[in-house]
Amino acid sequence: MGVKPLSAFDLSLAAGLVLALAICSWRLRLGLEKRLAISALRTTVQLLIIGQVLRVLFAHASFPFVFLISMVMLLVAGREVGARQHRRIAGFSGWLLGTGSMFVSSFAVAFFALAVVIANDPWYTPQYAIPLLGMLLGNTMNGIALSMDRLTESLWQQRRIVEQRLLLGQTSLEAIHELRQQSMRSGMIPIINSMAAAGLVSLPGMMTGQILGGSSPMDAVKYQILIMFLICAGTGFGVMTAITLTCRKLFDDRQRLRLEALKKR
Amino acid sequence: MSRLTIENLTFRDRGPYSLEIDGGECLGLQGASGAGKTLLLRAIVDLDPHTGNLRLDDMQCADVPAPVWRKNVAMLPAESCWWLDVVGDHFHNFGAVSTTWLTDLGFSRDVAGWQVSRLSTGEKQRLAILRMLENKPRALLLDEPTASLDRENSDGVERLLIEYGRINNAPLLWVSHDPEQLDRVAGRCLFMQADGRLEPCGGV
Repeated sequence: MGVKPLSAFDLSLAAGLVLALAICSWRLRLGLEKRLAISALRTTVQLLIIGQVLRVLFAHASFPFVFLISMVMLLVAGREVGARQHRRIAGFSGWLLGTGSMFVSSFAVAFFALAVVIANDPWYTPQYAIPLLGMLLGNTMNGIALSMDRLTESLWQQRRIVEQRLLLGQTSLEAIHELRQQSMRSGMIPIINSMAAAGLVSLPGMMTGQILGGSSPMDAVKYQILIMFLICAGTGFGVMTAITLTCRKLFDDRQRLRLEALKKR
Repeated sequence: MSRLTIENLTFRDRGPYSLEIDGGECLGLQGASGAGKTLLLRAIVDLDPHTGNLRLDDMQCADVPAPVWRKNVAMLPAESCWWLDVVGDHFHNFGAVSTTWLTDLGFSRDVAGWQVSRLSTGEKQRLAILRMLENKPRALLLDEPTASLDRENSDGVERLLIEYGRINNAPLLWVSHDPEQLDRVAGRCLFMQADGRLEPCGGV
């Protein structure tokens, strides 16, 4: 049993809703109509392209091809993490820090899920590997961007307090203990909340799609539970890695706060 | 004898500075705002990057972890910061704080329970001195310690800090805008020019 195909006309009906929203935004002077139009256009174009890419990829399930696609996804996500921060660590090391943490956690968790839990032959079967990695990267990216932004911003605002604590002989870890905790929490709370609300308030997108595609609800649910756990672990470990590395980067070997490493956007 | 030795200290575009302050001695430091007095203190306490040699007795700054150096060579910033709700939580053990210090600073022991948000600037400053002394530092770098205090409290603070230096044989570096105060507390006095050069006071 397959999903009922949508025609271009069907999609343009839905696009009409977005158009109506844009008109309302213009009447209310929200100033969002341009961004709405661009984003709607981007979603259409990007998804059509990835559709074509996946079509080709599924036809030729070769490891180098899967690896190449996943690297592109990682680089884009890494760029996005940097772009979402008000004050980010300048230069290549800042980019490497966010992207590296994302790589370590997402790819490790994805590999574990593909090779050990799902155990397809071959383990990198693209129908599983690419969507799974996509969901993992998307969520890890949100968590890491959120927590790093929180850490750098609160360190900037409370730099005098942190220095006061250093002056009293606290170590750099003691002096930013609370800030570290808060920023790690802020990166992990969204996924914890969505685990708690799953099924009661929202039906997660992947499960909905699978049911629409004709899977039995119980199969869809089991996959959704798997994905939730993976996302939770991926985000959590990614956030912890990113925050630990950022903290290390913002202090030098003599435990001095070095905020000049931060660049304001 | 605990002597603070500063040899060829440079930071940013400042220096080199070479100073020696003997145990129990108080060196006064004056200078126009923005001349870099605070920067000098920050470099000595190892809060800013610097080159050169810092030594307290035979303890080399570079040989000990930075927190150890900062506990021994304490700096009192011009404006103190507080990060918890209650005064006492900023101390390791408020109960062990000397009663003499409390009295000299004009507080009773129940100040431990006071809300930080209700402290005046002057109260914060006097409590910051108490908080610094709790670490039993062996040298004090004081950045305008009485700028926010009235005459009476200022006298108490001067007495307490000088007494601390004398009893513990600790070197003091005292930054002030008030020449009369430096006359009272300091044996020697240096003046920092706008370009950062140090000269004996009154020599200009």
